[in-house]
Amino acid sequence: MKYVLMFVETDEYAKELAAMSDDERQAAYEQVTEWFARHAAQITHHGHLRPAHTATTMRLDGAEPLLTDGPFVEGKEVVSGYAELEVSDLDEALAIARSWPACPVIEIRPLT
Amino acid sequence: MDGVHAELTRVLREHAGRLTACLIRTLGDFSAAEDVMQDAVETALRRWPTDGIPDHPDAWLLTTARRRGIDLLRREAGHRAKLARLRWPVPGEPDDRLKLIFTCCHPALPVPAQVALTLRTVCGLTTGQIAAAFLVPEATVGQRITRAKRKITDAGIPYRIPPDAELPERLNQVLAVVYLLFNEGYLTSGGGRPHARDLVDDARWLAESLAWLMPRRPEILGLLALIRLHQARTAARFDDGRLVLLRDQDRGRWDHDAVGEAVRLIERAAAMRRPGPYQLQAAIVACHAEAPTWDDTDWTQILVLYDMLLSMTRTPVVRLHRAIALRYVRGPQAALDELDPLAESLDGHHLYHATRAEFLRDLGRHREARTAGSRALALTGNPAQRVLLTDRLAWT
Repeated sequence: MKYVLMFVETDEYAKELAAMSDDERQAAYEQVTEWFARHAAQITHHGHLRPAHTATTMRLDGAEPLLTDGPFVEGKEVVSGYAELEVSDLDEALAIARSWPACPVIEIRPLT
Repeated sequence: MDGVHAELTRVLREHAGRLTACLIRTLGDFSAAEDVMQDAVETALRRWPTDGIPDHPDAWLLTTARRRGIDLLRREAGHRAKLARLRWPVPGEPDDRLKLIFTCCHPALPVPAQVALTLRTVCGLTTGQIAAAFLVPEATVGQRITRAKRKITDAGIPYRIPPDAELPERLNQVLAVVYLLFNEGYLTSGGGRPHARDLVDDARWLAESLAWLMPRRPEILGLLALIRLHQARTAARFDDGRLVLLRDQDRGRWDHDAVGEAVRLIERAAAMRRPGPYQLQAAIVACHAEAPTWDDTDWTQILVLYDMLLSMTRTPVVRLHRAIALRYVRGPQAALDELDPLAESLDGHHLYHATRAEFLRDLGRHREARTAGSRALALTGNPAQRVLLTDRLAWT
């Protein structure tokens, strides 16, 4: 089955990251690179989104398309990236998600 | 519960889960298999009380499930063909029941759905019986089960026993579901609903099955002992529909053989040298069960056990119970002082206010005791507990 892990950043995590020294931040990035390498056989695709301030949301349920600045949910938790997995079941996807070394929330959803 | 009813429950509990597992293996489809079996169980509950329980109830259930399944699964030709080939007796696999339990108690499902699904799939209850046991509308339970089964299929929740690395955590979740069932059953039992399914029996049966299937897990034995100890006191807990406090119970009416068996379970678990919250809770209840009278209770030992329990699960509820033990070791004032820091987290908990009322009464602060007592009364929905608390208010 295919699953998408949606990585969610929180305010606190962003602050933590900002408070790190360059070396610490470098080490954190390396952990992420290492995670992607370790699960390369299962990860079919992945991407990192630019920060939430670059987002534009379009609503098509009115008479005219409505554009707003920012992500579609206003909140302290924003999707910051994703990885698409090809694994046999949810437990395998959960096991991979469990070892994710960075942002503190992950939504796991199967693809049709 | 009358004889036929009890026998019916026993037979369905024995076979429903096993046959569901067999259907899952045959069809490769958890949801369809579960639906088909549920239909057979409902048919059995309609027919058996008048026709009698057949000589081979599992053959009857399987035949009914097969026939009804071929009707129900009209659009799934593959399923129908597989069902048509199914013959009794079916080979059982010892792991079947565990696979079912672990799938129903998967942490990706909401807890109420885990409970409902376990009862229906593993223990052979109908949706109506589950709704009656939890005092919720049948439609609510039906919806929980439908959603949970859809998630199992669509999200790819596997039907298997978790690998060793995940097993301890997953087993904890299973035990939490069994404990919740037991608690619910324990609180509602004897409440004047003689035909309601006794969830404590289902919890005990699940714990026994787990203990048999996974004999080297001491927490399973601890939970089973805990359930057995509470069951051993059932006869003395109610007097004419009224809840009787531990202190006032007629200890001659306790089932002392059951207490002995539970104590042996605790010892077997302790020999594995991996203590845990269920083993400690069982040990605490055993201290009470083994005291010949209320005055003989070994409160010092109970306090030691609560300290150990607290070091593992530092929850306000455990602290509340520890305070009750402290009351008998160091007196009501020391115990009351322990309660104050819990006010914020346990304000909505009737036992917190009932306990406070008790300590205040012991200290002669009757007006405050009455206030706390009324608060406790307002917070419980359980009829037997309401009667008890009303009685106590009258003489504070």
